[in-house]
Amino acid sequence: MAKKKISSNKNHENQGETRRDFIVLAASATAAIGGVSAMWPFVDSLNPAADVLALSSTEVNISSIESGQSITVMWRGKPVFVRRRTKKEIEEARSVPLIELPDPQADAERIKPGHDEWLVLVGVCTHLGCVPIGYKGDYDGWFCPCHGSHYDTSGRIRKGPAPKNLAIPGYEFIGKDVIKIG
Amino acid sequence: MNDSSEKSAPKKSGGIIKWIDERLPIFTFMKHQGEFRAPRNLSYMWSLGSIAGIALVIQIVTGIFLAMHYTPHASMAFDSVERIMRDVPYGWLLRYTHAVGASMFFAAIYIHILRGLYYGSYKSPREILWFIGVIIFLTMMATAFMGYVLPWGQMSFWGATVITNLFSAIPVWGENIVQWLWGGFSVENPTLNRFFSLHYLLPFIICGLVFLHLWALHTHGSNNPTGIEPKTKKDTIPLHPYYTIKDFVGFGFFFILMFYFVFFNPNYLGHPDNYIPANPMLTPEHIVPEWYFLPFYAMLRAIPSKLGGVLVMFSSIFVLFVLPWLDTHRTKSGSYRPIFKWFFWLFVANGLLLGWLGGKPAEGAFVIMARFATAYYFLYFIAVLPWLSRKEVATKTPKSISDSLEKVKIDG
Repeated sequence: MAKKKISSNKNHENQGETRRDFIVLAASATAAIGGVSAMWPFVDSLNPAADVLALSSTEVNISSIESGQSITVMWRGKPVFVRRRTKKEIEEARSVPLIELPDPQADAERIKPGHDEWLVLVGVCTHLGCVPIGYKGDYDGWFCPCHGSHYDTSGRIRKGPAPKNLAIPGYEFIGKDVIKIG
Repeated sequence: MNDSSEKSAPKKSGGIIKWIDERLPIFTFMKHQGEFRAPRNLSYMWSLGSIAGIALVIQIVTGIFLAMHYTPHASMAFDSVERIMRDVPYGWLLRYTHAVGASMFFAAIYIHILRGLYYGSYKSPREILWFIGVIIFLTMMATAFMGYVLPWGQMSFWGATVITNLFSAIPVWGENIVQWLWGGFSVENPTLNRFFSLHYLLPFIICGLVFLHLWALHTHGSNNPTGIEPKTKKDTIPLHPYYTIKDFVGFGFFFILMFYFVFFNPNYLGHPDNYIPANPMLTPEHIVPEWYFLPFYAMLRAIPSKLGGVLVMFSSIFVLFVLPWLDTHRTKSGSYRPIFKWFFWLFVANGLLLGWLGGKPAEGAFVIMARFATAYYFLYFIAVLPWLSRKEVATKTPKSISDSLEKVKIDG
C-alpha cells in the first residue's frame, strides 16, 4: 500500500491509484463517520430527560384498605394497583399449577414475604398498555377492555393476547401501614 | 422591458413574463406541464390523484392556521382546542375542515390505491411510481396518527398508548424503544411535544414525495383503463385543458362530500370519547381508531400473539412493495381478466368487512371472522395473484387505446 503511494507520487495523470484517490477516500470516510456520529445527540435527545428520570418515589398509606378492596395510585405517570386480597383470592392464586400459566411465576415471588395479603402491581396491560379493570374477568383479578386479556388474583396473565404478567414495581414496607413505591 | 423579439417559448409572453422566463424558465416549465400528453381514455378513476393533491393542500393550509392557536402542552392542549372551537373566529370551521379533511384524504387515497390494483398500475415500467405511492401512504398514516393525538382527549391518549406500545413487541430492545418514543415512562408531555413537531413536519415530507411521485408518473405517463401504452399521438390528448377541466369536476364532487360532513355532520367520523380530556388512570371501555385504520386494527387483533399481530399488521402494507413481482400477468388491466375481477372485488369486500370488524369488540365470532378476512387479504397477494399470473387466460385486448374507443362507439 505504502509502496504504491510512493510510486504514484509523481504521476497524478496516471490511470492507477493516486495519492489523491487515497485522500478522497479517507476524507469521505471521515466525513461519513462524522455525519453519522452527529446524529447521536439528536437521537438521544428524545430519550427520557433528567427531570423525567428524577421522578421521585411515592409513599402510600394503606391502613384504610379493607380486605377485598383495592386502590389505584399514580407513579411515574402510570397507575399502580395496591390490592388487599381476601383469603379466597390468595388461595385461588396459589392453587394453580404453574405449568398452566403462559408466564409461569409462583404467587410467592410476586409479593413481599410476610405480606401475603398485599399485591402491588403496575396497572398497565402488558399487551398494548391499557389500564385493566379490577374484579373483572374470568379469574377474579383484572380484565383489560382493549383487547380482552384476563389476569388472575396474583396479576398473572391467564387468557388473551398479553404476553406477560402485570409488572411488580420496586417497593418496600417502610412501616406497618405505609409502602414506598420506586 | 421591451417585447419586440419573440424567440423564447411561451406564446403570449408579455415583457415581464418574458424577462422572468429568460432568467428562470418557470413559464416554459408550466407550458410543458400543460402540453404533457395523457391517454385520451382516462376515466374519473384517474381524478383521485389530483383530488388527493388538493386534499393535501387543504390539510396544510388549515393546519398552519390551527397551529397558530394550538398549545402543545399536556395541561393546555385540550383547552386550546376547545378555545379554537368556541372563541377563535371560524376556528370551528378550520378544525372541522382539518378533521374531516383527513378522512376525505384517506377516502381519496384508498380509491386511488384500489384503482391502481385493478388496472395494474404497479406493473412495469411504473414500479417505482407505485413504491413512492406506498411510502406516501405510510407517511400519511403516521401524520394522521400523530395529528389525532394533539387534542389530548381520551382517544388521543389511549390511541397513542396502544400504537406506541406496538413497538414493545420488538424482542430485547422493545421496552427501550418505547421509552425513547415517549421521552418518559408513559405517554406524557414530551410525547405530545414531539408528535406536534412531527405532525407539522411530515406533510412537507409528503409534498416532497408527491413531487417524486409526479416525476416518476411523467417519465412514462399515466396508465389507462385499457392498460395498453399509447402508441400514436391519436391515443393521447394534452393535459390542459382536457384533464385540468375534468379534475376540476372531480374537485367539485369531492368538495360536496367533504363539506356535507363539515357543515352538517362534522363529528360523524370521529369518536365522542375524544371530547373527554385525557386521563392516564382510566382506559375507555372501547378503544377504536379512526375509520381509516380499522381494517389494519382488525388484523392486529385477529392474531392471538402480540408480536405476531404487530408483524401481520405491518406486513399488510409492506406486501404492496413486492406486488409487482407477485402479479406478473402480461395483461395489465383487470378489465380483460375475467377471473381476476372476481378475486379483486372479493378483496374489496373483504377490506370493507375487515373495517367493520375493526370497530367491533375483539371477542367470539368477530375474532374468528377477522382471522378468515386477514387470511384472504394475504392470500390474495401471495397466492391468488401469482396463481392467476400463470393460469388465467385474458380476453382479447384492443390493438390500441383509439381502437378500444372505436368499439365502444359501434356498440353504443
